[in-house]
Amino acid sequence: MGMLPHLPALRRGKIYRSLEQQPLKDCRTGEPLGYISQVNAGIVRKDLARISESRAALQEFSSEHLLQICTRAGELFEKETLPLGDQGHTQSPDQFAETLSATSGLPLVMVRRNMTKIANALANMRVILNGLTRGLDLGILDRGFGVHADSRLSFYPTSLCLGLVMPSNSPAVNSLWLPAIPLKTPVVIKPGREEPWTPYRLIQAFIAAGCPAEAFGFYPTEHEGAGEILRSCGRALVFGDKNTTAQYAGNPGIQVHGPGYSKILIGDDQIERWPEFVDMMVTSIADNGGRSCINASAVVVPKYAAEIADALAQKLGPIVPLPAHDENARLSAFANPAMANGIDAMIEEGLRTPGAVEVTARYRQGTRKVTLDGAVYLRPTVVLCDSFGHPLANREFLCPYASVIQVPQSEMLRQIGPSLVVSAITHDAKFRRDLLASPLIERLNLGAVPTMKISWDQPHEGNLFEFLYRRRAIDFA
Amino acid sequence: MTQEFNNPEAAQAQLDAHVREIVAWHFSPETGCQFWLDWARNAGLDPRKSVHSFADLVGFFPHFQDEWLRDLQPDVWVPAAYRGRPYNVFETGGTTGMPKQRIGWDDYKTDYEEFSSKISDEHFPKGQAWLMVGPTGPRRLRLAIEHLANFRGSPCYFIDLDPRWVKKVIAQKQFDQARAYMDHVVDQAVTILKHRRVSGLFTTPKLLEALGEKLNLHDAGIRGVFCGGTTMAPQYVRFICEEVLEGRIGFYPTYGNTLMGLAASTPLRPEDNYSITYYAPQPRAVLRVVNPAQTGQLVEYDAWGRVELTTLTKELFLPRFLERDEALRRKPRPPYAWDGVAEVRPFGAMEKNIVEGVY
Repeated sequence: MGMLPHLPALRRGKIYRSLEQQPLKDCRTGEPLGYISQVNAGIVRKDLARISESRAALQEFSSEHLLQICTRAGELFEKETLPLGDQGHTQSPDQFAETLSATSGLPLVMVRRNMTKIANALANMRVILNGLTRGLDLGILDRGFGVHADSRLSFYPTSLCLGLVMPSNSPAVNSLWLPAIPLKTPVVIKPGREEPWTPYRLIQAFIAAGCPAEAFGFYPTEHEGAGEILRSCGRALVFGDKNTTAQYAGNPGIQVHGPGYSKILIGDDQIERWPEFVDMMVTSIADNGGRSCINASAVVVPKYAAEIADALAQKLGPIVPLPAHDENARLSAFANPAMANGIDAMIEEGLRTPGAVEVTARYRQGTRKVTLDGAVYLRPTVVLCDSFGHPLANREFLCPYASVIQVPQSEMLRQIGPSLVVSAITHDAKFRRDLLASPLIERLNLGAVPTMKISWDQPHEGNLFEFLYRRRAIDFA
Repeated sequence: MTQEFNNPEAAQAQLDAHVREIVAWHFSPETGCQFWLDWARNAGLDPRKSVHSFADLVGFFPHFQDEWLRDLQPDVWVPAAYRGRPYNVFETGGTTGMPKQRIGWDDYKTDYEEFSSKISDEHFPKGQAWLMVGPTGPRRLRLAIEHLANFRGSPCYFIDLDPRWVKKVIAQKQFDQARAYMDHVVDQAVTILKHRRVSGLFTTPKLLEALGEKLNLHDAGIRGVFCGGTTMAPQYVRFICEEVLEGRIGFYPTYGNTLMGLAASTPLRPEDNYSITYYAPQPRAVLRVVNPAQTGQLVEYDAWGRVELTTLTKELFLPRFLERDEALRRKPRPPYAWDGVAEVRPFGAMEKNIVEGVY
């Protein structure tokens, strides 16, 4: 057994050790914690040519059996020691959390929270599928046809597999692909550069729970390989920034998960009560280190913008980085310091355009970008903008960041733009109707619900079942 | 004809003697070309008096500037001894604007006839047809491959690929166009392989891979592949050998260009871990791996440095040309008694993205 673990590629479940390996480094010390094989795009293409065999392996299982496997996989993922790599290493849940925290920069407390989210997603897979399929008897997928609510139904898969180009920002994002397995769809995963640990461990948990190994492709690869996954899988999910996702917008085979631009809106009828909502706003902006697309990145109010911005800044501004093991850690380090530099520079550049004031600066006592234990952090930033037209008004960064903008209620829906989550605090029946009718909002919380709250039975970003299956008309003689 | 030695001293002596002969040729008014005679006159130097060895050459000559091949008319490179004899014009690189040109007569034949002895009859049966899928047009390679095939008694089919167009569309991020063009090239090759008996293939690694996705190359009759063109990191070589050629087809990677000719690789051994080392056709060409910051110095063995080419033929004298490539310096290995260059990749590849495309 080598000293450090090595994560191989998994080619339809089979271990493949590449001659090209990259170190996975502790973002604080720079010390390698393991190595990961890198494969070329041709290997992905070669394996995709035989992906129907992977699908066939999953087809042998009933949906019910696969749901049981999900439950077991969730337990294994959260609580058990699982194989790690191809040199006989194993990984306990604590080791997983420690390693992931070290390479991704997420504090341990957040990694554990993400682990729980993923385990819960697996434990609640039946509820999730019920939500995705709107209560479909999954036996219909096993048989290919059936009767539901007195209607004949038949579904066919839109693709032989699901491709995934994963990010490194937050482990819980992996819960998005988990339903593919009980939906009998093999996955072809390109892990995030700093975060291969979660998908690898999930795959090991599935295999240990009885899932056929052929259902899993794990391909650490460069840009060309990622492009191949997106182009050739038939159906794929891509995560990335605006530039990455813009490339694939409008492609029906690719579900794009870019910035969320999630927001909190307060109506005229509730704005006088704004101090009651400050904690909910802080949670929405800063939970999970402000790294999720469901973190609020803008607060839109009809008045008191300056007061609200100041109240948020008083709470968020003093937050400082804490050591990775500190239970109270609320900020995540940047595995790639260049990204922190870039974000910091973009915010500073934006502040040079008249019409924006960084309110947190008053309460921060120091620079936005700081270093602790060798790692780079960006401290929370609240910017009061005079309109949505300001370059910092509708932005999302990989840190707790929010703009506060004063907009008349009647103008809000015209100005907010596409928003993954909107928490709208209002009892105004007309405003609620307008919100419900808005095509710009993927998930709508009516009331003071943190934007970070998600529910298992409702997809908040695309419906994986509808992405992977299509209904056809069917008749029998 | 190159002689290969297991004795580095003998190889060095042969190289030094060759340097003297070539310097005498290019700097004598009866045999030399206008460019080098003018260069010596303007510099007030006579290399024939100062350069007696390869080491002298390195100390005496500055790096050859490839702009000269673009900016000057080709006639300035014609050695007096070749005057009146029509020449071939070969072009190198170029995506836009005036390309660089090298003229030649027989060098490509010499290079490829020598290379013929390095490929086995099992993989390239004499008399059986070849297919070249790659840049033809104004490139030396096109004539060279056909000459190699003919020299072995074989005919050769050709499918063209215009690398300038590929580089252009990739630089403009028109990836669909690049892919469509590659498909167009590969489809033509598949058609030939389906309708004609072909056993030898010359192509670039990317095209080889694409071709292997369209048909099983061994089943299609291919027994040997001679490859050149772009970076082949060890993992990629392994992929080609194991998964494209399935360990059933002979693989001959080469490193070369219009200015040098052809550096063959030594057969891969298990301990090479698919790292390919190329050896220049010394004494006609010399490859050194130099410190990019101080190009007079070689790097240590197994360290990265910039590739420097010196071409020493009667047709072309090209001293100390810095290639746009970097490589690992490798020790001599039989049958070659001089340094090799390994894992060649574009210079600065680790620092910036290089458009290589399919070429």
